[in-house]
Amino acid sequence: MPHPTAAAPGRAPEPPDSSGPLLTVRGVTKSFSGVHALRGVDFTLEPGSIHALVGENGAGKSTFIKVLTGVHAADSGEVRFLGEPVAFTRPADAQNAGISTIYQEINLVPLLTVAQNIYLGREPRRFGLVDTRGLNRQAAALVERLGIDVDVRAELGSLGLGVQQMVALARAVSIDARVVIMDEPTSSLEVREVETLFGVARTLAGSGVGLVFVSHRLDELWALCDTVTVLRDGRVVHTGAMAALDRVGLVSLMLGRDASDVRAAGTTDFGESHAHGDAPLLSVSGVEVPNRLHGVGLTARPGEVVGLGGLLGSGRSETLKAIYGDLSTTSADVEIQGQRVRPGSVSRALRAGIALLSEDRKAEGIIPEMSVRDNIALAVLPRMSRGGLVSDARIDALVEVFMRRLKIKASSPQQKVRELSGGNQQKVLLARWLATEPKVFLLDEPTRGIDVGAKREVQGLIDELAGQGLAVVLVSSEMDELVEGSDRVVVLHDGAVSGELDGDRLTSADLLTALAGGIPSDAGTAAGAERSDRG
Amino acid sequence: MAEQTATAAQPAPAAPPAEPHTRRRVDGAWFRRNGVYLGLVVLVVVNLVITPHFASTGSLRLQLVQVAPIIVVSLGMAMVIGTGGIDLSVGAVMAMTAAVIPLYIGYGTFGAIAAGLIAGLLSGALAGSVISRVGVQPIIATLAIMVGLRGLANITGGQIKSIRDPGFRELGSGDVLGIPWVVLVAVVVTLVVWGLMTRTTFGRQLVAIGGNARASTLAGLPVKRVLTTVYVLSGLLAALAGALLVARNQASDPTRLGQLVELTAITAVVVGGTPLTGGQVRVLGTVAGALLMQLITFTLVAHNITDSVAQMVQAVIVILAVYAQVGTRMRRRSRA
Repeated sequence: MPHPTAAAPGRAPEPPDSSGPLLTVRGVTKSFSGVHALRGVDFTLEPGSIHALVGENGAGKSTFIKVLTGVHAADSGEVRFLGEPVAFTRPADAQNAGISTIYQEINLVPLLTVAQNIYLGREPRRFGLVDTRGLNRQAAALVERLGIDVDVRAELGSLGLGVQQMVALARAVSIDARVVIMDEPTSSLEVREVETLFGVARTLAGSGVGLVFVSHRLDELWALCDTVTVLRDGRVVHTGAMAALDRVGLVSLMLGRDASDVRAAGTTDFGESHAHGDAPLLSVSGVEVPNRLHGVGLTARPGEVVGLGGLLGSGRSETLKAIYGDLSTTSADVEIQGQRVRPGSVSRALRAGIALLSEDRKAEGIIPEMSVRDNIALAVLPRMSRGGLVSDARIDALVEVFMRRLKIKASSPQQKVRELSGGNQQKVLLARWLATEPKVFLLDEPTRGIDVGAKREVQGLIDELAGQGLAVVLVSSEMDELVEGSDRVVVLHDGAVSGELDGDRLTSADLLTALAGGIPSDAGTAAGAERSDRG
Repeated sequence: MAEQTATAAQPAPAAPPAEPHTRRRVDGAWFRRNGVYLGLVVLVVVNLVITPHFASTGSLRLQLVQVAPIIVVSLGMAMVIGTGGIDLSVGAVMAMTAAVIPLYIGYGTFGAIAAGLIAGLLSGALAGSVISRVGVQPIIATLAIMVGLRGLANITGGQIKSIRDPGFRELGSGDVLGIPWVVLVAVVVTLVVWGLMTRTTFGRQLVAIGGNARASTLAGLPVKRVLTTVYVLSGLLAALAGALLVARNQASDPTRLGQLVELTAITAVVVGGTPLTGGQVRVLGTVAGALLMQLITFTLVAHNITDSVAQMVQAVIVILAVYAQVGTRMRRRSRA
């Protein structure tokens, strides 16, 4: 750690030097067991500014916030708060010093009242007891000043999520925060609640507080923020006025693709497009999940790789999970070879020939303490047994085939899967699903977080599977993977299909425009992108 | 301390850090897996030296007969803990069995035992369904059943009744080829549970669910069915243990029988190396754990140290066992 704790104790009560920036970050780096999460981040937060922090998954946003708030210590670099170098070691230190964080999941106490939550740990006292009346009076004055309409004596858990977020904001204000970091505060809010939250945020900014705002809903950035910093791969790739960027510009910065500079091919290991039949193998329509998906539909023919594009939060994973029966839907029509699969059950989907490689390998994929062998055989155990007795010989045969076919590197089939590299864990999971002999393979970020060699192998495998007549639905945040790996890309935006690209129109430039929420033909900025792409 | 042992055991000083699984060393993980056997061996040796008549058949027999019902309950508990759950109702199920047996003794030994087992099965089915389908936490669901069933056992059973049935007398004090029936039952149960865990789809699915329930659901495993079955098995085994105790005492005492057995069983499982977080079931470890706790009590009591002190020693053993588990996990996390 570069600096010893210069945190909480020395903070003077008078507002020091209101002209300078609230936060100045220079060259902060942070890596986790060799993986660089932040590589020299510079960041400045001015008083009264609402500063958007954007980037795709893995760009380093959360790590950066965690460094600011003392959850992680930076490996090197400097963080100055109100001009003083600081190195918080605990979130409480950052909070006491005046940096408050509001997370997506509200970390307040649902069973306490609004007032109790706002002043939790700092209750006004009388005769050594909590002065409830004083507490409520103070809290009521505070929420009124912020323009929040809520009864401070109400139990927090009984209120809507939006109100809870605003209570979290009020708490931040009440502890005299100079900096408020809002990490996706709106992701579970209704439109009206978002408006009120923004109102409170503006009031705060008006009083000289600096706000850092993280959101995946791009529209909100222009509605609320004045400045934007874009992170990609742990680096700051852009800082500037919010109004100076348009949607396509922002999205291309986030994804690292310039709309006017699109390479032809070659960064992935995908081959040419695949031959496919005419009748759809998978056909999905009218998938409704309240607040998440609105009438999503797609089809995939045998041998076809259908890409599912969209920014974070657009509903890609949810669509796959709904098809797989893991996410409960209010309505959904899924058909495999014309046969309807009743939604809402994973085992029915599996039996119908659908497999889902889920995005979160650790939480939803591997069973860490079990062997490679048992992980591969997990989904087909009933088929590997007779009368409930497992046939180890059959499992061994199956496992051997897949370990060789997918080149899984493990010391033996008995090795615990937890000890394998990310790429090999991913191959174990691919083997688990391939063992079920699926007709439709839903792949959610199949190459995320695995090394380059394994990535190429997985991409090669996707081609091979399509060649064998499977229908593949591919979700990927990597433009190259999506454009080169898919025969067709369905683009999602805010939980609905916003467009579809195929044939000549399946280019990075068009995809970029579509991802930003526009349709290539009618967006002004897209015309230029298209033109340069033809060259 | 474990780290020092590790360096001492590794002669090659400049060896690059090998893959963790290839290293065989005496650390927390090794201790968690094998500590119980080590403890058992040490305790047997100590007793051979300091306790007169320890090696006599009579003494040995008494030890085994006493521990047999505990082993039976603990194996059920081990399966439950393997799913990441817990079953606090086993002691109450034993009491319920004790209450049921005198009511059905008119149907013969087997009829009465069957009635007791059905009571255990129903209780387990109730716990399992509430946990797997309603989603109530295992500790709460089985706590409720424990309290309710104790009450029910008192109402239906009441005070001590002596059982004068030749079948029960034979089960409680008879033997085959010198092996007491009670011990034989425990051995058979151990083999059956071991087979279930190693040879069947059920066993593999159970461990998978304990290891990662979410991943198991996505892999299409019948999570609810497996969970329900696990609690049914635990209930059945608890009822069987209750029947064994009734047979051994030649009496049924629903108010006292099985008191605190749930804690003894959890202790045996944990000391045996099964992690409380689930994902593993150590069948032989559990048997060894039950034997170890039994032997500790015996050793202390044989040397005129009161039962209360024995309980405190047991507490220390449990803390050590849990420490070995948690310590291993924390070290692993810091390595990751």
